[in-house]
Amino acid sequence: MTMFEAILLTVATAATPLLIAALGELVVERSGVLNLGVEGMMVMGAVAGFAVAQTTGSAWLGMFAAILAGAAFSLLFGFLTLTLVTNQVATGLALTLLGLGASAMIGESFVGLPGVKMASLYIPGLSDLPYAGKFLFGQDPIFYISILLTIGVVWFLFKTRAGLTLRAVGDNHISAHALGVPVVRIRYLAVLFGGACAGLAGGQLSLVYVPQWVENMTAGRGWIALALVVFASWRPWRILAGAYLFGAVSIGQLHAQALGIGIPSQFMSSLPYLATIVVLVLISRNKRLTLMNTPASLGKPFVPDR
Amino acid sequence: MKKLIMALTIAASFAVAGAAHAQEKLKVGFIYIGPPGDFGWTYQHDQGRKELEKALGDKVETTFLENVPEGADAERSIERLARAGNKLIFTTSFGYMDATIKVAQKFPDVKFEHATGYKTADNVAVYNSRFYEGRYVQGVIAAKMSKTGVAGYIGSFPIPEVVEGINAFMLGAQSVNPNFKIKVIWANSWFDPAKEADAAKALVDQGVDIITQHTDSTAPMQVAAERKIKAFGQASDMIKFGPETQLTSIVDNWGPYYIERAKAVLDGSWKSHNVFEGMHEGLVVMAPYTNMPDDVKKLAEETQAKITSGELKPFTGPIKKQDGSDWLKAGETADDKTILSMNFYVAGVDDKLPQ
Repeated sequence: MTMFEAILLTVATAATPLLIAALGELVVERSGVLNLGVEGMMVMGAVAGFAVAQTTGSAWLGMFAAILAGAAFSLLFGFLTLTLVTNQVATGLALTLLGLGASAMIGESFVGLPGVKMASLYIPGLSDLPYAGKFLFGQDPIFYISILLTIGVVWFLFKTRAGLTLRAVGDNHISAHALGVPVVRIRYLAVLFGGACAGLAGGQLSLVYVPQWVENMTAGRGWIALALVVFASWRPWRILAGAYLFGAVSIGQLHAQALGIGIPSQFMSSLPYLATIVVLVLISRNKRLTLMNTPASLGKPFVPDR
Repeated sequence: MKKLIMALTIAASFAVAGAAHAQEKLKVGFIYIGPPGDFGWTYQHDQGRKELEKALGDKVETTFLENVPEGADAERSIERLARAGNKLIFTTSFGYMDATIKVAQKFPDVKFEHATGYKTADNVAVYNSRFYEGRYVQGVIAAKMSKTGVAGYIGSFPIPEVVEGINAFMLGAQSVNPNFKIKVIWANSWFDPAKEADAAKALVDQGVDIITQHTDSTAPMQVAAERKIKAFGQASDMIKFGPETQLTSIVDNWGPYYIERAKAVLDGSWKSHNVFEGMHEGLVVMAPYTNMPDDVKKLAEETQAKITSGELKPFTGPIKKQDGSDWLKAGETADDKTILSMNFYVAGVDDKLPQ
């Protein structure tokens, strides 16, 4: 395996959880709901995934549990913000805090246990191809799922009627409501999807990235995913680009450090954030297009009778 | 009515007795940088807290705040513990230094103990551990075990405590192989398992075959196990994460110190001080030497014994600084002040120290 390929593989592992969580949040925000609880849902996915995989010995069952846990946790957010119409920002923040605390409690007996790592794909011949064989044909299943998910979200949002309806709800829920669109139901589904994605991203962390459970192991990745959605101006391909750019720069700076290049490490550590923001802001500098893509009803409460 | 009054009196007297009892109890607070379940730095401090509770029983009552960031939040958290009636507060990370001093000025009757710093006050003591003694032993083992002659070192922040460790590791390795090299990656975080794993992967991809870390999670150990190279644990015994990988680990043993200081507050003999204790006092313990041939194990044990007895001091000249200038003349040993404020590399470290 060449150095280049080794780096490529590490970058993909680092980018995948960000990509999945950000795609989920993208759909949520496109429906007009701002869920700041990504970090909380992600960490719940991580703990549930690890716990189930550790108990049953199956990484796939664990991953499934991670998705369910994320979705179930997002339902709590949905109930509070959509049915009880609480403030979305406050509720999302509360969800993150609750998730961090609850996961620590649930996971207490799993700290320090050896984890189950999801096996990577291996296709004889193809996976052994030089340069990119392992990158294209020899990675963990979640990597492929994340790419399919990106294509799926693009297709759903921009090529299907249901996607159009979802975007309409996010842009103007009053008009959508007047047209007879079930705003609250659509938002519930979007929130559930976002939760499932965040859960999957968490599962990737505790079953692929670092197969172990430790408190707070998401270490802020949910927040990075949230930021990616905004800086990618709510467009799925840009999220893919942003996640991989972030991954590439964060891994690249580690290699640069190990080579002893001599640039201050504090600067290098901030580089992924800096580079991602700069690039995404540059590609989103068309104001009209950005405005068109910003869900106009984002974060606004909706009560059908008013 | 009489009955009611009597009942109230009894209840009140109980309450008074209860309060008096509570006052006798020494409330001890701890501030943690990470979660107690990190299986590293915070885990060991929490073990120390538990030992304190066990040893002094109902004479003490402990509380802790976990995941407290080093910054504005720290000051608030420390103050919260002080307001809650804690009379002895341990702040267990370097970055809490200024916050500890600030809060201590507001609460002169509360005793503060800050780990790994250097600023003291009448009611602020500083305690530190000579982790570098363990690092020296690790360096000796690394140089014996490495085939490539290059070890990877994952650092958290370029503070004296970490720089000390890198230098001691280097000196230990050079005592076996003068051409030994280390590659350093700064994670700029104490606890981020995924990032630590990435750093470990980057180091392995660049050809190191021994990994040592000065960050708090077990992730680097896991990566080393996966890539089938050897590694050293950090702060606690991480053998569970690398049964065939861990060579040894520096185990921080805080319990005895916490018990001693709580006792001192209880009997009124507490005084501010600045202590720096290591293998000799039992603060630095090495996990069993595993996954190495007998001769390496023997050498490691000998080195440890020499350090414990004081025969060997890791920072003893002749030592040159990285830039080639002389630091210590032959036979000269570094004083604690220099060690505690170390901000330079010794010759041979292949990294530029971030300033």
